[in-house]
Amino acid sequence: MAEPTGILVLGEINKGNLHPTVLELLAAGKTLARGLSQKLSLGLAGPSLDQPAKDGIAHGADTIYTATHQLLEQPHLDLLLAAWTQICRTANPAVILIARTTAGRDLAPRLAARLNVGLAQDCLEVKLDDSTKRLVAHRPIYGGNAVAAVSPKGTPQIAAVRPKAYDPLPADPSRHGETINVAVNLDPSMAKTKLVQRNEEQTGGVRLDTARIVISGGRGLGGPEPFKKLDEIAKILGAAVGASRAAVDAGWVPPAMQVGLTGKTITPELYITVAISGASQHMAGCSGAKVLVAINKDADANIFKEARYGVVGDWQKILPSFTETLRELVK
Amino acid sequence: MPLNIIVLAKQVTDPEMPRSAFQVDRQNKRIVTPANIPPVVNGFDENAVEAALRLKDAQGASVTVVSMGQSFALDVMKKPLSMGADTLILLQDPAFANTADSSITARVLVAAIKKIGPFDLIIAGRQASDWDNAQVPLMVAEHLGLPSLTIAKKVDVGDGKVSVERQMPEGVEIVESALPALVTVSNELGQPRYPTLRGIMAATRKQPTIWSAADIGLNPADLQPHLELVDVYVPTVKKEVEIIKGQDDADTGRLLALKLREAKLI
Ligand SMILES: Cc1cc2nc3c(=O)[nH]c(=O)nc-3n(C[C@H](O)[C@H](O)[C@H](O)COP(=O)(O)OP(=O)(O)OC[C@H]3O[C@@H](n4cnc5c(N)ncnc54)[C@H](O)[C@@H]3O)c2cc1C
Repeated sequence: MAEPTGILVLGEINKGNLHPTVLELLAAGKTLARGLSQKLSLGLAGPSLDQPAKDGIAHGADTIYTATHQLLEQPHLDLLLAAWTQICRTANPAVILIARTTAGRDLAPRLAARLNVGLAQDCLEVKLDDSTKRLVAHRPIYGGNAVAAVSPKGTPQIAAVRPKAYDPLPADPSRHGETINVAVNLDPSMAKTKLVQRNEEQTGGVRLDTARIVISGGRGLGGPEPFKKLDEIAKILGAAVGASRAAVDAGWVPPAMQVGLTGKTITPELYITVAISGASQHMAGCSGAKVLVAINKDADANIFKEARYGVVGDWQKILPSFTETLRELVK
Repeated sequence: MPLNIIVLAKQVTDPEMPRSAFQVDRQNKRIVTPANIPPVVNGFDENAVEAALRLKDAQGASVTVVSMGQSFALDVMKKPLSMGADTLILLQDPAFANTADSSITARVLVAAIKKIGPFDLIIAGRQASDWDNAQVPLMVAEHLGLPSLTIAKKVDVGDGKVSVERQMPEGVEIVESALPALVTVSNELGQPRYPTLRGIMAATRKQPTIWSAADIGLNPADLQPHLELVDVYVPTVKKEVEIIKGQDDADTGRLLALKLREAKLI
């Protein structure tokens, strides 16, 4: 077999289009490909891939591997895994990048085990070692209290990259690339799990993961009622409302509102936290926020170490005038 | 027929320990666990024990907890027994020191599961709070050719099937598969039960089964790492915070809003 070469991004398809993380992975992969003087490819699996393939080339891919199959209409772990494995065997890459999304969390470890190689999980940065030119990935451990640099042994080297860790490259519609069809044998019996029902949760208002402004509440709010005060501010600012896990575990707000390592990753321009202590697991979900504002009564709370603006005080006393002034300013 | 459930659980450094106690030994590429802070059963794994015990309460089950490590704090690892699990198997061997490489852990657990024999369900926590890898359960499922149903907040078994409610970012979805299967659970499952006095007494009398690498038929070649640890360090996130303070609280709230306007954030 030929020597494995190149970087392969395995991309998710969302409602017929490239998932936003694919563009981030292509940006990360581009730098690696340049460092190796090798090609950047994108592997896609879905029912119809013409448009996603075009978008992939415009965003930096040199080659697109397409596994087209009607059974991939609904993303399914077992079927996608079979298709991705086939793409990997065809492309024979040195490095594989996957996004650590909800689906990626299931796919990447199974793919690594299937290919009998290691996986660098939840990476914030993927680089090449200067001398060996092998992949070294930097990833938070212990809830973000430390970072480990790890290098998967063997080939391909697989890394799952945290969403929003990289900024997409601008599209260049004049780029050209090659598309290679990968034949995949799928049949319905390969799908070992069955989706019975899906209930989208109505959190109402602005979406957390794409909001420009987010305001979150924590345990210090003391109950579900005070979240209405955050809703009020959110309405004025056009913001989304989030929460710490402590507030979710207490049952004050639905799990879909949780920000953090095991909740949502948010990257707003402005993130306002109210009565959140700033545990590393919470910060893991909001380290991409441009400006962090903390309102907390404990001057020693960790949140102040990572905030740009802080108020040391009781939210009950601070929020009323804050809300009223915002209302006057944003009219 | 009662269900045969295997729960995968890991002993971890207490994630709630004070930050000041957290230290990185960069030279030796490891996290220093302070001697005065006892380890705990990984939180999500306690949720996994709870999920298994709820099935046991509802329809009868034998619950076997399996853990891999170089050494264990026995009173800590007995907690699942005192909660109501039936059997504890500790996979303990100096060769099992590397618990950061999920592929090794998965291979060891698979060998142990094969020795345990037939089962209906494997339940594990969604990830461990030390390395946050979220890999072991899925790798185990892959090696054993099992369906994997992840981040469950509710687990039901009936008619030879397992059905789970999954907590997805957009809401809840219900997924099912035939048994045997592997399920990972999340904190949304709810508080793990507290051990009762009776449970604690029963657990004191029970001794864990301890298996070495040789006991489960593994030799050093089976334990080759798939991941090289290059460096471990503490990230630098020092930002200079500007504390807003007015004449009184009302003034402070007002000044904060004005500051956000001045910074063109609103
Ligand atoms: C594996 C793992 C994964 C995790 N994942 C997540 C995650 O995804 N997201 C997450 O958020 N957490 C997560 N956690 C939990 C995390 O470690 C913390 O326990 C949690 O973030 C704490 O939430 P909190 O800041 O609201 O509560 P606390 O830490 O209890 O902080 C409450 C804060 O409110 C302040 N306060 C109290 N009263 C007032 C008042 N009247 N006015 C002003 N301030 C007040 C207090 O000073 C305190 O700082 C995870 C933990 C583990 C182990």
